[in-house]
Amino acid sequence: MNRGFIYDTFNVVQQNKIMLVYQGEFNQDIAKSVLAMTERNLDFFGEDVSVKRKIFNVMVECLQNICKHAEHSDARLREAIFMIGMDKDTYFVTTGNHIANEHVVGLRSKLQEINQLDKEGLKKMYKGLVSNDKGLSEKGGAGLGLVDLARKSGEKLLYDFSAVDHCDTSFYSLLIKISKNKIIQ
Amino acid sequence: MENLTIKATDDTPEVSFDTSGVMILSGRSLPEDAASFYNPLLQWLSDYGKSGVTNPVVFDMKLEYFNTASSKMLLDLFNELESVAKSGVDALVRWYYPEGDDDMQEAGEEYAELVEIRFEMLTY
Repeated sequence: MNRGFIYDTFNVVQQNKIMLVYQGEFNQDIAKSVLAMTERNLDFFGEDVSVKRKIFNVMVECLQNICKHAEHSDARLREAIFMIGMDKDTYFVTTGNHIANEHVVGLRSKLQEINQLDKEGLKKMYKGLVSNDKGLSEKGGAGLGLVDLARKSGEKLLYDFSAVDHCDTSFYSLLIKISKNKIIQ
Repeated sequence: MENLTIKATDDTPEVSFDTSGVMILSGRSLPEDAASFYNPLLQWLSDYGKSGVTNPVVFDMKLEYFNTASSKMLLDLFNELESVAKSGVDALVRWYYPEGDDDMQEAGEEYAELVEIRFEMLTY
């Protein structure tokens, strides 16, 4: 093993202003640990309480999204990545996980639909989804996570789907920005 | 019927439903399986409505955070409360939110628009 990779990784993490990165399998307990660690980090920096709340909200939905959707019989493809970082006055929360190719089209169109909506449009969509009579999905999801992320962050959702060679999955990346200047006015 | 009391955990709120009509939900709500946490609460409210108790209900919502799965269950809870109110019991939701927490304030206002129960918005 080339030991230089430690220094390389250190540099990549530092250059990209990443505060915390977790890669591996996700479940509720791990999500809670990541949340607790980030909260302590933000307390250490003396971050503003309303910014902390916003970040917490965004992180919960992101982490629980992975818990619910990173499924695959192959353990390597079940692994996902979560990162939080800060550049200037903007925090970014990112996730990456494999999803089955058959779900890409639907997910992409949902993301596009959400990104076309303004504040009022998102509110309407949220209220429609929360009050429909569908109930929670088998995985316990409300189908509200992405709309909620768009509403809470007040930013467009940045996403990407990368083809993965030799398998029936794509790598789905999501980046949520949280601008401090928008929260503290 | 008996009171319903559940202690808070790091991902579920504290529950204190009293047959006197004082009901409190406080803390964080981000369970993975929101239905299994909230179903007993829904059942209790439904039983309360059928029990013939006519004590007015004051429902104190003091959640500091809830995830989207919980948001759906909270609406179910308010719908159940609406049924109780329709059976002739006076019902009021007091929605507490931290001063300056616009998201939590807006969430309360949206529920107030979705159900026919009186909501009182209060800061803490």
